[in-house]
Amino acid sequence: MRLEYISLAWWILFLPLISAAFITLFTLRSKVISSLISIGAIVAGFIMTLVFIHANGIHVNVETTTDWLSVGGLNVDLGLKLDALSLMMTLIVTGVGGAIHIYSYDYMDEDPSKARFFACLSLFTFSMLGIVLANNFLMMFLAWELVGVSSYLLIGFWYEKPSAGDAAKKAFITNRLGDFGFLAGILMVWGLLHSLNFTDLASTMKADAGALGASATIAGLLVFCGAMGKSAQFPLHVWLPDAMEGPTPVSALIHAATMVAAGVYMLCRTLFLYDATALQVISYIGGFTALLAALIAVQQNDIKRIIAYSTLSQLGYMVMAVGLAGPTPAMFHLTTHAFFKALLFLSAGSVIMGMHHEQDIWQMGNLRKKMPVTFWTFLIGALALSGLWPLSGFFSKDSILGQAVEQHNYLLFANGVFIAGLTTFYTFRLFFVVFFGKEKSEAASHAHESSLIITLPLVVLAVFSLIGGLIGIQGIYHYYFSGEAETPAGFAAVLVEPFAHSPLAALLGLLAFAVGLVAAWSQYAKATTDPLPAKLGGLAVAMRDKFYFDELYEATVIRAHDFIASVMGGIDRYLVEGFCIGLIRGGTDLTGRVLRLVQTGNLQTYAFLFVFGVAVLLYLVLGK
Amino acid sequence: MHVGLHHYLTVSILLFCLGLLGVILRRNLLVIYMSLELMLNAANLALVSFSRFNDKLDGQVLVFFIITVAAAEVAVGLALIVALYRKRQSAHVEDLTSLKL
Repeated sequence: MRLEYISLAWWILFLPLISAAFITLFTLRSKVISSLISIGAIVAGFIMTLVFIHANGIHVNVETTTDWLSVGGLNVDLGLKLDALSLMMTLIVTGVGGAIHIYSYDYMDEDPSKARFFACLSLFTFSMLGIVLANNFLMMFLAWELVGVSSYLLIGFWYEKPSAGDAAKKAFITNRLGDFGFLAGILMVWGLLHSLNFTDLASTMKADAGALGASATIAGLLVFCGAMGKSAQFPLHVWLPDAMEGPTPVSALIHAATMVAAGVYMLCRTLFLYDATALQVISYIGGFTALLAALIAVQQNDIKRIIAYSTLSQLGYMVMAVGLAGPTPAMFHLTTHAFFKALLFLSAGSVIMGMHHEQDIWQMGNLRKKMPVTFWTFLIGALALSGLWPLSGFFSKDSILGQAVEQHNYLLFANGVFIAGLTTFYTFRLFFVVFFGKEKSEAASHAHESSLIITLPLVVLAVFSLIGGLIGIQGIYHYYFSGEAETPAGFAAVLVEPFAHSPLAALLGLLAFAVGLVAAWSQYAKATTDPLPAKLGGLAVAMRDKFYFDELYEATVIRAHDFIASVMGGIDRYLVEGFCIGLIRGGTDLTGRVLRLVQTGNLQTYAFLFVFGVAVLLYLVLGK
Repeated sequence: MHVGLHHYLTVSILLFCLGLLGVILRRNLLVIYMSLELMLNAANLALVSFSRFNDKLDGQVLVFFIITVAAAEVAVGLALIVALYRKRQSAHVEDLTSLKL
């Protein structure tokens, strides 16, 4: 197959890097130029991706490579893998990312460091595209770490706030833990299969499913560790809610739509690695994370944190889907989630702007009248997230539940349905408290709608959240992963397909939605304070305090780490620096002091020593 | 008494040691300088005696060279001492310790 415009892929990848470098080097003083360069780079990437897909179709499978490094038996190419999976993901990153870039233009307008912000955004875009387009593990790992760095920079963007600095460190270090496992997994794969290229690995594993031997499960789970860190799965989930310290567009771009999805994407990319045991572990970790996060979200009061926990929960869904051997539902949900979660975050950002940077939902209320556009877009996002037919979230969530039924894993299925109900409950709790009822503070009565630059991306994302399930995204993934064409062809057929395919999943999903909605309405439609703590007592407190994971880690991991660090510090201070270095330093010093006595400045002493030396030499040479 | 190589060499060693002691012990630069010449001549004496007792001229040729170089050296050395004296008003080695840290 001859491909047109293959070099476009390189431009898509490197334009954001060029933009980041250019902004940092030359235009850091000009907000406008910097932001336009950054927006231009990502929008150009989006357009080039569309051109490429238009010219070649989406179902290509091609790699374009240049030599990168060759050490011993290790040959690593700098290569891009272009297939339906990476192209779709590129569209999400550049498309949703582009909308968020445009939104940031206004959102960050008053910030003095707007140029730096856009440089970081561009760097992030480059790193994320690196993960998406990489054709081998090493390049992916490199981009993986770059994503971690740019995430660190952006979470800590307001570094003068100590909480932001702490959150950035927490995110980075927690990710490093996962990445350590990821690196070990990559080394293991390299050691066993002698290749890092995804295509080669896939064909090796296809030819011999037991190629990894007895350590297949371990290798798979180690690689999964990387996803666990990036996609914030239990027990490494603690960093994501804190990451909300960053600016809201960052939360939308990195901690909802793209970076946290990288873990799921990586799992789908390396699906060939995982054996049945590994998949089972993955699915249960995903399911547990989803449940845990949904429960915590019910009792949060910060608008961004609620959405953050919701993100955790949905990521758990996706990981669960991968574990249930369903990459299609996982990627499908990833795509629709990117639309509606970015939408929710950006709408929340609009609310926060309207409220003059107030994030406590119990200070808001009745914003429906004050911010009509935000109200409608938020409603669409909330409904899509909750999974109302026929919005995008319904189809993707249903495909995950359907996958659980198909695998006869009714525990995870019930778990999924329960979480769907919880999702609706906490989403509409937020929704009712913020947009309905009475104004709960002075600021809420003076709230105002945001500008067009803010609302336009909201509307675009809202449209995709509405129709995302109907435009054939699932079909593309389905064809990619299974090689079969999608069965329902027409628009109407797609609409009713879930009910025909797995009526149990579809109907229970909708039932959960209805129950959650009614429960939220009954509790929160007119509430001015949260009624739940009185009813649930200790459970509500536990939910509010995030089930004490931070405290638990504080008491165990951090305490243990501090202990080890102090022991190591003692060894360094007293053994290495005190004894070893002290001995050398002291010895040198002493020798120097002694030898200094020799230098008297007296000519005759030198002459004597010289003669003495000659005499000794003569004795040694001739004496015997 | 037959005078042999040993006697010459003994004289040469004595002269050399005298010169060396002078260099190490005397304080006046001029005297040190003369002692240095004494050491050179002790070496000359040894060379000439070897030359004589081995029936070869190599040693004597070497002595001529040494005398020539020593003459040149005296010129330079004395000039230096005079210059030093003019600058410091002293020709004693214990005053010349400015190279010490």
